[in-house]
Amino acid sequence: MASTPDPAYAGREYPATGPYAVGREKIREFASAVGASHPAHHDTVAARGLGYPDLVAPPTFAVVIAQRAESQYVADPAAGIDFSRVVHADEGFTHHRPIVAGDELVTVLHVDSVTQRAGISMISTRCELYAAGPDGEADTDDHVATVTSSLVVRPEESA
Amino acid sequence: MTRPVLEELTVGDVVATRTVQIDRATLVRYAGASGDFNPIHWDERFAREVGLPDVIAHGMCTMGTVVDVVTDWVGDPGAVVRYGTRFTKPVPVPARGAASVEVTATVGALDVEARTARIDLAVTHDGAKVLGRTQAVVRLG
Repeated sequence: MASTPDPAYAGREYPATGPYAVGREKIREFASAVGASHPAHHDTVAARGLGYPDLVAPPTFAVVIAQRAESQYVADPAAGIDFSRVVHADEGFTHHRPIVAGDELVTVLHVDSVTQRAGISMISTRCELYAAGPDGEADTDDHVATVTSSLVVRPEESA
Repeated sequence: MTRPVLEELTVGDVVATRTVQIDRATLVRYAGASGDFNPIHWDERFAREVGLPDVIAHGMCTMGTVVDVVTDWVGDPGAVVRYGTRFTKPVPVPARGAASVEVTATVGALDVEARTARIDLAVTHDGAKVLGRTQAVVRLG
């Protein structure tokens, strides 16, 4: 397979994914996995007491949704990303509003850059999460979160 | 619950410290919850074959775990409007026992107009920084 990420993918935008339904039990499960004990992740009464319609997702929950969207690119053989040589370099979340149980979210994946230097490749992606509209399209009036991620792809060992 | 008040904060204030234990069960649980089943996080032989010292924690598991000090301090998980980090060093997780990760949260910047505080997290394991430029921006009342 192609062993270096193809720079021609930079600037690519993917069509919106199918909706991801944010479930209460998924929020509880994820919150427990990261030791997030705040009652608003677990107890609907506590969440409503803070003014939210339902359980609030932890600050990094959106990665579950973003990584599914990113797989459209990183798992595409033509993109040339050998996952065994990938190291996660950075991750960032911007919450335009909190994610809550009951949300149906669609994601638009952007490949912001693919650069190479001394055999090392750096890939930056951006996922824009929107509420799903009635036909499963992105409701651009309800922009929920932006998730950025950079991956470093090490050069192939010469051994 | 008392919430932090922007006017009472000063850049440099340490607002929380915590030691977090990450063991193999944590990683299995995180793999299931997140859907990240990369074997470097649960298969010791595989991890060593790709040149790692042992199974390592998902960077996202460490990132997701340490931000809880911020959520607890601010008293509202929905108040965390931005959160980012760089993964500088892996956290090896032994088969028995746990890896200790130390977290210190400090006020990094205040924005009176936007009513936000930037909380900087220093995250170390065995005395070495494992996350870099870890910053959470929280909205305050």
